[in-house]
Amino acid sequence: MKLKQISVFLENKKGHLLEVLNVLSKAKINIRALSIADTSDFGILRLILPDPDKAAKILSQNKITVKETEVIAVGVSDKPGGLAEALQALNSANLNLEYMYAFVAKSKEKAVVVFRTENINAGIKALKKAGIPMLKAEEIYRI
Amino acid sequence: MFWQQDLETIDRKRLEEVQTGRLQDTVQRIWDNVPFYRDRINSAGTKPEDIKSVSDIKKLPFTSREDLLKNYPFGLVAVPRESIVRVHTSSGTTGKPKAIFFTKNDIDRGAELISRCLVMTGMRKNDVLQNMMTYGLFTGALVMHYGAEKVGVLVVPSGPGNTDRQIALMQDFKTTAIHITPSYALYLSNVFIRKGIDPRKDLNLKRAYLGAEPYSEETRKKIEEFFGIDVFNSYGLSEMNGPGVAFECQEKNGMHLWEDNFLLEIIDPATGEQVSDGERGEMVLTSLCREGMPIIRYRTRDLASVMPGKCPCGRTHRRITRITGRTDDMFIVKGVNIFPQQIENVLMGIKGVAQNYLIVLESLDHMTVQVEIEKELFDGNVTHLVNLQNAITEKLKNEILVKPKVELHEPGSLPASEGKAQRVIDNRTL
Ligand SMILES: [Zn+2]
Repeated sequence: MKLKQISVFLENKKGHLLEVLNVLSKAKINIRALSIADTSDFGILRLILPDPDKAAKILSQNKITVKETEVIAVGVSDKPGGLAEALQALNSANLNLEYMYAFVAKSKEKAVVVFRTENINAGIKALKKAGIPMLKAEEIYRI
Repeated sequence: MFWQQDLETIDRKRLEEVQTGRLQDTVQRIWDNVPFYRDRINSAGTKPEDIKSVSDIKKLPFTSREDLLKNYPFGLVAVPRESIVRVHTSSGTTGKPKAIFFTKNDIDRGAELISRCLVMTGMRKNDVLQNMMTYGLFTGALVMHYGAEKVGVLVVPSGPGNTDRQIALMQDFKTTAIHITPSYALYLSNVFIRKGIDPRKDLNLKRAYLGAEPYSEETRKKIEEFFGIDVFNSYGLSEMNGPGVAFECQEKNGMHLWEDNFLLEIIDPATGEQVSDGERGEMVLTSLCREGMPIIRYRTRDLASVMPGKCPCGRTHRRITRITGRTDDMFIVKGVNIFPQQIENVLMGIKGVAQNYLIVLESLDHMTVQVEIEKELFDGNVTHLVNLQNAITEKLKNEILVKPKVELHEPGSLPASEGKAQRVIDNRTL
C-alpha cells in the first residue's frame, strides 16, 4: 500500500532541476511522475520512479540532498467524484494532508493521485475503511 | 604544571617593574637604531627618558599596518643585518606583504612562549602534535613547531590540506594534538563523517589548538564534541611573535596574554583612548623583548576585551576574551555596525543549520545570509523548511537589529575552504 517517493531539495539556483534530471537520465532511471512544490526561495521536487532506493543512492552520490518518504497512491477512475471520495475519507478520519499531486497513467484511462498524510498508516486505514482502492508499488511502476 | 612557573605566576607589581624596564630598553633601541621611529617619537614630543613607567606608553605614537607596509622590507629593523636569521612575511588582502625579522634570540624566546602555552594545556613529552598550519612565510606553523620541539613533543609537520594523508598520519603516528584553523577542523569533521571514521574511537586525539581565524564558542563546542577532545583558543599575529602571544589554560576561559613579553592596551578604535578592563576595544600591543624588529603600540585591528579577575590556574598574566571581530571585518548595513562573528554565533545555535554560511552584501540596506541546511534535517516537507528559514531570519534580526534575507542551500554547496574561509561577499558598488 505504501509507496516510496523521493524528495529532492532544490535551492534557488539556475539549472538545478536539470542537473537532477540529468543524473537520473544518465543512470537510465525512468521517472513515472514528478511534482514540484516551491516557495520564492527554494523548491522540493517529488519523484515517483521504479527503484527509489537506487535513485536516492545515485542522487546522494552526486551530492544532491534527497529523502525517501512514504506516500499513498490511489487510482482514480474516470468517474465523477472519484477524488472527492478519497479526500472525504481522509477528512472524516481527521487526518492532516501534507500534500497531494496527480498524474495520468499512460495505458489505462486512470489518474493516479499521490497523498502524503502526516501519519501514513492512519491514512491507509481510513482509505481502506472507505473502500477506496489503493495501488501497490508494482502496479504504479507497471502503468 | 608550568613551563616557567616563576615567570607565569609573577607578582603583578614585579611584572610592572619588568615591563617598565623592558619598555624603556625597547624605546631606547628603536630611538637609536630605527630612523622611522626616532622621527615618529620625536614628532609626538617624546624622548626615551620620558618613559618612566608603563603608563607613559600613552606618550608614544601608534604603529599601524600601513607603517609596516611603508617600511617594507628593512625599514623597521633595529639590529645589524648579520644578526637577523629569519624573515616571515604576512600578506594582507591588499597585496603588498609585511616583513617581520627575527634574531636567534627572538626565535628562542618565541619558542619559549609556545612551550609555556602547550605545557599549560597539558602537553607533555610523550604527546604527538600534528601541525596542520601552513609552513613557510606564514608564522603559524614554524613558531608552533619550534615551541613544541622545545617541550619535547613529537611534531608531525604535515601542513594543511591533503586530507586523506592527514588522516593516515593521525592514525599511523597516533597523533594526540592538532594545530589547525577552525574552518579546516570543521572541514575535517565532514570528511570523517563521509568516511565513517569516528575520531572518538578510531583516533588518539586529546586536544586541538585553534587559531589564525576568529571562531565562535559554539564552533568550539561542535569540534570538541565531534572529536571528543579539548579545544584551546590561541591568539597570535606575525607582527608580534606569530602564535603564542595569548593562549588558553585548562580553564578554557580567556587567553593569558604573556605580559612580560607584550604590553597590552585595549583602546577605543575611534578615539585611540584606552578603555577599562572588561570593555571591548581594539587590542594594541608593544613588543617588550624583540631584538630584530621591535614594534610599539601596534594597532592589531583585533577586537577583544580584558577579562577582569584572577584565573584559578594561578597565572597572573591577564586574560583576553576571544577575538570578537576585526575592526576591518565590520560592515555596515542600514547604518548598523555588524560583525560576521555575530551572525556565526546565531547560526551555530540553530538546530538544522550546517556550519558553512555566506554573508552577501547586496546594497547599503540589504544583506543576504546564505546557510546550508543539515542533510539529516531534510524530510521533504516544505513547511518545515519555511519554518526554519523564518526562525533563522528572526534570530538574526534580534542579534544584529537588521532583518536579512535568509537563503537555504544544500549541504556542501557553500564554499568551505581548507584554509581561511571567506564569509563575506561584498557586491555593493559604492
Ligand atoms: Zn589560567
